[in-house]
Amino acid sequence: MNRPILILLSLFAGALMLVGAGKLATNVPFKPTWLEFKIPKGWPKPPANIFAKNRLSEQGFQLGRKLFYDGRLSKDGNFPCASCHQQFAAFANFDHDFSHGFNNAFTKRNAPALFNLAWMTEMHWDGSINHLEVQPLAPLTAANEMAEQIDSVLHKLRKDSLYPKLFRAAFGTTEINSQRMLKALAQFTGSIISANSKYDKVKKGEDVFTISEENGYAIFKAKCAGCHKEPLFTDNSFRNNGMALNHFTRDIGRMKITGDRNDSLKFKVPSLRNTALTFPYMHDGRFYSLGQVIDHYTKGIQFNQPNLDTLLKNRITLTNREKDNLVYFLITLSDNEMVKNPRFSSN
Amino acid sequence: MNNSNSSLSFFSFKLSAMPVLILFLLIAPGILGINFIPPAKKKYKPGYIRMVFKNTVDGAALVMNDSVYTNVFGENYRVSKLKYYISTPGLKNSILLQKEKNGYHLVDASAPASQSFIFAVRPGEYHSVFFLMGVDSAHNCSGAQTGALDPLHDMFWTWNNGYVMVKLEGLSPVSPAINQRMEYHIGGYKGRDKVLEEISLIAPSPIVIKAEKTTEVIIETDISKWWQFGNPVPIKGTPICATPGQMAKKIAENYRNMFSLLPGSIIK
Repeated sequence: MNRPILILLSLFAGALMLVGAGKLATNVPFKPTWLEFKIPKGWPKPPANIFAKNRLSEQGFQLGRKLFYDGRLSKDGNFPCASCHQQFAAFANFDHDFSHGFNNAFTKRNAPALFNLAWMTEMHWDGSINHLEVQPLAPLTAANEMAEQIDSVLHKLRKDSLYPKLFRAAFGTTEINSQRMLKALAQFTGSIISANSKYDKVKKGEDVFTISEENGYAIFKAKCAGCHKEPLFTDNSFRNNGMALNHFTRDIGRMKITGDRNDSLKFKVPSLRNTALTFPYMHDGRFYSLGQVIDHYTKGIQFNQPNLDTLLKNRITLTNREKDNLVYFLITLSDNEMVKNPRFSSN
Repeated sequence: MNNSNSSLSFFSFKLSAMPVLILFLLIAPGILGINFIPPAKKKYKPGYIRMVFKNTVDGAALVMNDSVYTNVFGENYRVSKLKYYISTPGLKNSILLQKEKNGYHLVDASAPASQSFIFAVRPGEYHSVFFLMGVDSAHNCSGAQTGALDPLHDMFWTWNNGYVMVKLEGLSPVSPAINQRMEYHIGGYKGRDKVLEEISLIAPSPIVIKAEKTTEVIIETDISKWWQFGNPVPIKGTPICATPGQMAKKIAENYRNMFSLLPGSIIK
């Protein structure tokens, strides 16, 4: 056999193999670990499948988790999402009526707790956010919160040694863009489910209420469940619950979004799950205890507000004992497994 | 290299050199990831339409910042920003309707590259051009988007989610707003606040699309219509509009008349 041809061939084959090896090294096959979004037993289906165009994967979830706890999403590095959404407070801001943001600024509303977001179609106190994926854009760009710009955040993530790899693991290539960042965050926040409170265990027959809790539950069903509907403990509606206008924030609530006078002072009905962990209460954090909230409903409502919610037009009366029992029941809605679950923690 | 040597010696025993070389040449594209498979056959070879948006004021090309213009109310103004969404554009005649699938374009008066786009259509003669001024409702509320709809283009409201369909900003000496600012951010995608405008423009002469050729049409966008085309909105009374609602709707009803279509021509 012709020797020069053989040498040529061997060189050619060698080169081919090197090219092949190089190709393998850069093109690690994209095999994310797909996850199933599980709806707790007996719960309604979410109104829309938020993961329909954002398939839930372990890699996407983990990327979202890292982003959620990363201060680089804020201008000065001090304000990750988690600065106002603390796991031990059911992802609300512990003991803060308003939260701290960039340059010693305060937010204008109380940071809401984050869980069971897949059932929420309109987010924020006024329903200004129309999809979970785009929610982070609001705090990220607000001058009094994270005060950043999207392209600046993306620039920081692209420069990082780890992020390109994590984006590849989650989405197939190292490309980092706003859509991927937002989808990853939604995979994390949308996966936070709270369905393991004492109340849930009682419902499953794994635990029993005390007599006080049982009495509180009966009061809840009679006086509160009209808006705070089980099992999510909210009907996700916007209502005027008879609170006076806050003269500092002058926050008119839902009316800002709809421009409709009838929506004046309407705010989102928050879930009562984990409520004992998420004080202070209301959109401006004006009440520091559940007792104060109940007092508002029994003696604080401003009946002269023209669009006061119809369910509140008749005065709610409760004895002191009933109030105590109601609080005992509300405490059973705290989900200690969720707030301690390392899967949702920073590391 | 050991591996390549051993595999080669295998070939050299069994086969003569030339067939091996041919074999390698056949396998190489597969290994290198080159695709020789021809694309699926279509019933027709497409032609291309290039839509060019030319921003003008009363017929003259818009000059940003420096030129002072006068609107129908005799109010002077300068333009510092003009951006608008053109969605799912297409061509139609009495039988055919050819739409650019997932076509979303953000025309920016200060970025020439953004002012034209090309897409494939079926060859034929068309009598009109259509597009949506703005972003369709579904894409306003279905999560994080990318490309022209990426929120980093600063055309997505975070205080009240939804796209700003059109942005016009500048200065006017009659503006009572801060620093004599004039700022129109027109948005709203649902219910009575919807400012989406379906635009359909009849071509002065048929737009001829030939297979594998590109036909260009020029659409003039005349800013002067902004303040008066049915709804009078003088700058003095409305220097700022940055929320969905009645005023935004009025302005949208005016600006839907900004467009005019010039005759098309085959350019290559």
